[in-house]
Amino acid sequence: MKVSYFPGCTLRTKAKQLDKYARRAAEALGVELEEIENWQCCGGAFTTSTDEIATKLSSVRALNEAKVKGQPLLSVCSACHNVLKQTNDAMKNNADFAFKANNYCEFEENYAGETEVIHYLELLRDKIGFDKVKEAVKNPLTGKKVAAYYGCLLLRPGKVLQMDDVENPTIMEDFIRALGADPVVYPYRNECCGGYVVMDDKESAKKKSSKVLESARLAGAEIVLTACPLCKYNLEKSGMDMPVVYLTELLAEALGVKED
Amino acid sequence: MENKNLREEIIRRSGVNPLKCMRCGKCSGTCPAYDEMEYHPHQFVYMVETGDIEPLMNSKSLYKCLTCFACVDRCPRGVEPAKLIESVRLSVIRQQGNNHLNTDTIPDIIDEEMPQQAIVTALRKYNK
Repeated sequence: MKVSYFPGCTLRTKAKQLDKYARRAAEALGVELEEIENWQCCGGAFTTSTDEIATKLSSVRALNEAKVKGQPLLSVCSACHNVLKQTNDAMKNNADFAFKANNYCEFEENYAGETEVIHYLELLRDKIGFDKVKEAVKNPLTGKKVAAYYGCLLLRPGKVLQMDDVENPTIMEDFIRALGADPVVYPYRNECCGGYVVMDDKESAKKKSSKVLESARLAGAEIVLTACPLCKYNLEKSGMDMPVVYLTELLAEALGVKED
Repeated sequence: MENKNLREEIIRRSGVNPLKCMRCGKCSGTCPAYDEMEYHPHQFVYMVETGDIEPLMNSKSLYKCLTCFACVDRCPRGVEPAKLIESVRLSVIRQQGNNHLNTDTIPDIIDEEMPQQAIVTALRKYNK
């Protein structure tokens, strides 16, 4: 199976492990990631304003390239996935926005939201299947208590993201089970880490992140799992004593492809 | 801009219909930034509806919203307050000289581990 892959700015710099283990694990599971040529940063956030066009064009170009290749568009960073998915929804359902974006891009054929946008977790669940992932596990993480941290970007807005139930998600817990570990469910798993506000007010982000980790600790977690470099940063800077790991790293470890 | 036009511009750009709000306050109850806000999400909805917009434009609350969409998904009436807050913020930062983040200060804000994602997102949210 071949899918188009949008790594995103941070996976080339501060979150290289997220990218490296995503590629290794995909290879071990028989999926070829074909990187979008000359991709540009998604911008980190989807501006909800209906009159903003230019800031969404890098996503439109990536979506169109995947369409031309007839492949789903995969990303692993929660923010990239969120921006791509919301932009795709706007191209499909907002005729005025799609008209203007297509005028900028001048593709051979207008883009109308045809591409299927998937997150790495959806690749594992819907394209490969968690049962197949489980069969491929060489080092089951038996007994490890793993708390999934969804944060905000993976799930919301639910009517657009459509990954899982926004209040009672199970996709990451099912993923953790497939690796042989024990998922820990805790109240703050889908609350915000403080996000980009860390650039404006570090204390504000710290307050939110420590609440998340305290909630995971009280539920008995040994490690916390995330797909988002900014969540990882904020959680680690909260000063709480709790390892925060990228989900692709844990996957690579279980599949036995982590070490060089 | 005349206040009535400003109100219409903010509503049109956000795609939100504030009249759908039934004032239950669930958006503010679920907001992770509630404690840091002078005006809370439900107040944004009411104050935009009634045209009381200037206090919102001068409020630090504009920069406390995380755009985490908790209020959007948990509103029983589908009002989507976060979109309205973003629209009010754009009315401020799209004016000349009104960027919220001084780019000269970025080197002092970031450290070795700060992901690029944080910088680009903050610039998108705070600056034009």
